Amino acid sequence: MAPLLEVRNLTVAFDTPSGTVHAVNDVSYILEEGETLGIVGESGSGKSVHALSMVGLIATPPGRIVSGQVIFNGRDLLTLSQRELFDLRGKEIGFVFQDPMTSLNPVLTIERQIAEPLRRHFGMSKSQARAQVIELLELVGIPDAARRARQYPHEFSGGMRQRVMIAIGISCNPKLLIADEATTALDVTVQAQILDLVRELKRKIGTTVIWITHDMGVVAGLADTVQVMYGGRIMERGPVRSVFHDPRSAYTWGLLKSLPHGGRRGINRLYQIPGNPPDLTKEPVGDPFAPRNPFATERCKLETPPLVDAADSTPGHRVAAWYDLRAELARMEAQA
Amino acid sequence: MKSFFLALLKSRAGLFGFVLVLVFVLAALLAPYLGLPVPTRSNLVARMAAPTWTGLFSPGAHPLGTDELGRDILSRIVHGSRVTLTIATAAVVLGGIVGTLLGIVAGYYRGMVDRVLMRIVDIQLALPLMLLALLVIAALGPSTTNLVVVLALTSWLRYARIIRGQVLALREREFVLSAHAIGAGTWRIMIKHLLPNVLTPALVVATLELARIIIMDAALSFLGLGVQPPNPSWGRMLADGRVYISTAWWIVTFPGVAILLTVLSVNLLGDWLRDYFDPKLRTMR
Repeated sequence: MAPLLEVRNLTVAFDTPSGTVHAVNDVSYILEEGETLGIVGESGSGKSVHALSMVGLIATPPGRIVSGQVIFNGRDLLTLSQRELFDLRGKEIGFVFQDPMTSLNPVLTIERQIAEPLRRHFGMSKSQARAQVIELLELVGIPDAARRARQYPHEFSGGMRQRVMIAIGISCNPKLLIADEATTALDVTVQAQILDLVRELKRKIGTTVIWITHDMGVVAGLADTVQVMYGGRIMERGPVRSVFHDPRSAYTWGLLKSLPHGGRRGINRLYQIPGNPPDLTKEPVGDPFAPRNPFATERCKLETPPLVDAADSTPGHRVAAWYDLRAELARMEAQA
Repeated sequence: MKSFFLALLKSRAGLFGFVLVLVFVLAALLAPYLGLPVPTRSNLVARMAAPTWTGLFSPGAHPLGTDELGRDILSRIVHGSRVTLTIATAAVVLGGIVGTLLGIVAGYYRGMVDRVLMRIVDIQLALPLMLLALLVIAALGPSTTNLVVVLALTSWLRYARIIRGQVLALREREFVLSAHAIGAGTWRIMIKHLLPNVLTPALVVATLELARIIIMDAALSFLGLGVQPPNPSWGRMLADGRVYISTAWWIVTFPGVAILLTVLSVNLLGDWLRDYFDPKLRTMR
């Protein structure tokens, strides 16, 4: 069976007054139907931009898709016309955005906002849409849906609004749901509730999900596959277990080391990745993480490592690195 | 509708404005049926009759007195309001629609469209609006339609400017991106998402504009370019009555009071409407 989404060599740049920003560089991956992909990376790693650019949601100019193909359900999204993209967005690909405080239109009722994609894509009448809206609100766990539907966004709490955003995202039963930092603005308990909701929805309606976040914990709890991005490139990707327990990229390793672990042995100092985020206005040459990587070799600075299967690991675990992280870590261990 | 009046009852200023506007509108609508003297009929015997309640010389029953031709002032004010209110409302609506739409377009598209529209606004604001109005009316002649068009022409740019500024800020908000993400096209976003967000500022501008246009209409009439005699108009009454201010103060005072009360009540009502339509303030009631 053909995969649901195949991204091939996607490269996106922004032309700004201070130079061309190479936001996404040669990103390729495959997403199977029903899979949950977690994309992690710091700000500016290109994780959001690559998702938005797939469906034409970045402003052009300054944005520019330099090259690549995005095959979704047998069609290359990058060749679609404006019109076709309008018809696709919200219907086949749903979105949930970061800030539930600002992602809802403050002067429209919740009902109107959830009904909009239904009316837009399925031509439903107001009353048909209303029934659907109430069903959706109940599905995402909002009690007293009929009354709540008539309220405005400010009458909802942050977690409730995020539930509404999810209801909008799944309203047309999209094949793919892209959640961009969907739980970042929420406090931890609400975040846990939303993650539970997403897991439950996945079980009920089986949507394929791309979950973009910088929270490794969220990915660990939600995703099947994790993809670590840095400087607009994929550094490592693979099954969550494999990547988290046996990272092969120094960047993934650094990210995992800088997470607090439940302290068994008293206070542990958190690891800190040295250096600064990459300057994306520079021509992308070599491994983008090389300047901050204690294990970087001369080759890392000159040649970009391809994403290849990691040696003796789970199938599907791929990494872009010239160095051998396992060997380096073993050497470090021996020295200590 | 019920909640509208309940909310209205709670605001003293809003209620005052609403009732006054209602009185003016009803008076204008029902003017021919109120049993008032014919506003254009003069009575030379009763020239400059004082209002009945002053106890001064007052042949016949003229609650607000008569003017220099013996025409009943109350009747002239009531009949004058028909013209004034019609022209002012039409001009506000016309200018408001044009200005709001152009403001949204300029703010949303930015770039060339924005620059061209805003330069037109700048150029027009650089000319005194009164002069512009005088020029157009002098060239086209003073008909009701021309007055409406001219007044709307002096009015749209205020909407356009303010709405453009609002839209510039709104278009960067996340909900515009989410609207794009559910497949909304440019027009859908402008009309369904941005327009409801700018209605409140547009309404505020509209109340200010209605007041300004009533005054401007009066000014045009004062200069003889508005409604033509013998039809009564407030501005004209001010113009004709001002020479008698020392001997018959009522001729110029009452039309002035009528203008004042109309403008005041529209402003009070507008203030209240703005709060009423703001969903953020709605739950507090």
